Amino acid sequence: MPRILAFAEAREGTIRPVAREAVAAARALAAAGDEVEAVVLGGAGVGGEAAGLGSVGASRVHVGESDALKAYSPEAYTTVLAGLVRSGDYRAVVFPGSAMGKDLAPRLAARLGAGYASDCTGLELEGEEVVATRPRYAGKVFARERITGSPAVVTVRGNAFAVEEGSGSAEVVPLDLSLREADFGAIVCEVRSGAAAKLDVAEAPIVVSGGRGLRDPANFKLLEELAEVLGNAAVGASRAVVDAGWRPHSDQVGQTGKTVAPQLYFAIGISGAIQHLAGMRTAKYIVAINKDPDAPIFKVADYGIVGDLFEIVPRLTEEIRRLRSS
Amino acid sequence: MKIVVCVKRVPDTEARIRIAGDGRSADPAGVKFITNPYDEFAVEAALRLREAAGEGEVVALTVGGPEAAETLRAVLAMGADRAVLLRAEGAPEGNAVAEAIAAELREQSFDVALFGMKAIDDDLQAVGAMVGERLQLPTATSVTEFRVEGSRVTADREVEGGIEVVELQTPCVLTITKGPYEPRYASLKGIMAAKKKPLEEKEAATGEARSRVESLSYPPERQSGRIVGQGPDAVPELVRLLREEAKVI
Ligand SMILES: Cc1cc2nc3c(=O)[nH]c(=O)nc-3n(C[C@H](O)[C@H](O)[C@H](O)COP(=O)(O)OP(=O)(O)OC[C@H]3O[C@@H](n4cnc5c(N)ncnc54)[C@H](O)[C@@H]3O)c2cc1C
Repeated sequence: MPRILAFAEAREGTIRPVAREAVAAARALAAAGDEVEAVVLGGAGVGGEAAGLGSVGASRVHVGESDALKAYSPEAYTTVLAGLVRSGDYRAVVFPGSAMGKDLAPRLAARLGAGYASDCTGLELEGEEVVATRPRYAGKVFARERITGSPAVVTVRGNAFAVEEGSGSAEVVPLDLSLREADFGAIVCEVRSGAAAKLDVAEAPIVVSGGRGLRDPANFKLLEELAEVLGNAAVGASRAVVDAGWRPHSDQVGQTGKTVAPQLYFAIGISGAIQHLAGMRTAKYIVAINKDPDAPIFKVADYGIVGDLFEIVPRLTEEIRRLRSS
Repeated sequence: MKIVVCVKRVPDTEARIRIAGDGRSADPAGVKFITNPYDEFAVEAALRLREAAGEGEVVALTVGGPEAAETLRAVLAMGADRAVLLRAEGAPEGNAVAEAIAAELREQSFDVALFGMKAIDDDLQAVGAMVGERLQLPTATSVTEFRVEGSRVTADREVEGGIEVVELQTPCVLTITKGPYEPRYASLKGIMAAKKKPLEEKEAATGEARSRVESLSYPPERQSGRIVGQGPDAVPELVRLLREEAKVI
C-alpha cells in the first residue's frame, strides 16, 4: 500500500503546530487507500505526544528518540529520514515550510535523487505522480509543477492546508537508529532568543505589520499590543523598517522577506509597494490603515481606514479587548 | 582562503511578471534583470572573508545562458577575482542546477561555498542545501552572519522567532540571508577592472530534471476593497465587519 510521510517537526522536545499542517497536507495528497504516516525526531521523550497526531489523520508515527538527535543536525536527520523512506513504498514526503523544513527537505531530496517543490499551496496526485501548486516570484504568479518519479519531496506553505481535528490515535513505532560520527556535519550548538516561543509571521493566522508610518521603533509597541489582544498574531514589518534596523529581517514580509498567507493581515503605515504586496497579497483578508487615501495598499485591502495610525490603532486594540472580554 | 560564491540573474523585484505564450514561463521582454538580492549578501560576505584573511580568492559561479555573464561581471566589479559561467539552455530546475554546481565544485578545492538563501524568481530555496548534500559537506542555510576561525565555522541561522547557532568545519556550504552583509556598490574602478578579470565559460553538467513546470497562472485579482471610514471613529464598524462579514476575529 503506498504511503505518504509527514515530517512532524519538533523543537526543544515538543512537536510544533506546523507538524499538524504537514500531516493535513499529506492527507490532502493521499489517494484512497494510501496510508498517511508521520515521523518525529529528537531527544529522549520527544515522542510523548506522537500518538496525538492520529487525531489529524496519521495512522502511524515513527519516533526516533536519541540524545544524538536532541540538537538539530541536517545531515544526521537526513540519514535517519532517508533510511525510513527507503524502507517503504513512499509516494511523497511532506515537510512544513519552516526554517527546519526548508533546510532538511532539499537535502533529503538530493540524498534520495527525488524531485522537490517548496512552499506548496496545493498538492494533488495525477496518476502516480505528484503535481504541486506553488508561488513563484513571491506570489506574482503560481505554478503547477509536476514532480517526476517517486517519492516526491515537498514543503508546504504555512496556513495553506487546513488542519481538521478529529479523534483517533496513531500507532507509535520506534525507529531503528544507527548513526555514525560522519553523520554529524553541522550541529546546532545554541539557540538564542527563545526560538520556540515567538510566533513567526509565516505561521501566524493573523499578522499585524507595520511600516515607516510608525515613525519610531518604539511605536511598534502599539502593534504588539494589538497582536496580543487578537491572540494567535505575529508582528511583521515592511522592508523600509527592517533596513532602518527597527525590526529583524525575520519579521520582513515581501519579495525579499517572507511570503505569508494568514487569515487576516493588517498593513499599518505601509504604502503597499509591489515588493511588499508580493509577499502578502494571498492573505485571506487585508486591512489597511494609512493616512494617505491614494496609498497603493488600499487597492488590495478588503477593508481600509484612512487616517492617523496613532489615533486608530489604540482605539482598535481597545475595541478588540472589549470584544474579547465580553 | 578560497571562497566560491554562486549567483543568479533574476528579474528586478519591481518587474511585473507576465506569462509567456507557452503558458509555462515568464516573458523576459521588457524586464530588467538584476543580481539576485540574497546572492549579493553572499558576495559581500565572501569579499569580507577574503579581506579579513588578507589573502585568498573569491570565485563567482553561475548556471545560465550567455546573458548571465552580465551578472558575473557585476560580481567581478564588486570585487570577486574570477568567474565561471556554466552554460545551460532555458531555465533548468533546482535539482539540475545543484547537480551542475556540485560537479564543478568537485573539481575545485575551496574552503567555503556561499549561496543566497533563495532565488527570488523560482523561490525554491533549495540549491545550496542540495549542493551541500551532493558534496557530502556540512551545510547551514538562512545564515545571517558567520565567523571563521581556522577550520571552524560558527554560523547564525534565522529560525522562527530566533537564531540557531550552528557549528561546522571547512570546507562547508552556507546560504546567506539578510544580516550585516550590506552589499557594497561597484566603484567605477571596479567596473573597469572587471572587464579584464577572467571569466571562463563551459558547458553545465546538469543531470536529469526531476520536476517541470506545467503551467503558470496569475493569482486571482483582489477585489478592490472598501474604505470603511476616516479616523478612529471608523474602528467600531471595522471590528463589526471583521467579526460578522469576514468572520476572522
Ligand atoms: C530589491 C528590493 C527588494 C524589496 N523587498 C521588499 C520586501 O520584501 N518587503 C517590503 O516591504 N519592501 C520591499 N522593498 C521595498 C519597497 O519597495 C518599499 O520601499 C517598502 O515596502 C516601503 O516600506 P513602507 O511602506 O513601510 O514605507 P513608505 O513607502 O515610506 O510608506 C509609509 C506609509 O506610511 C503612511 N503613513 C505615514 N505616517 C502615517 C500615520 N501617522 N498614520 C497612517 N499612515 C501613515 C504613509 O502614507 C505611507 O503610505 C524592496 C525593494 C527593493 C528595491
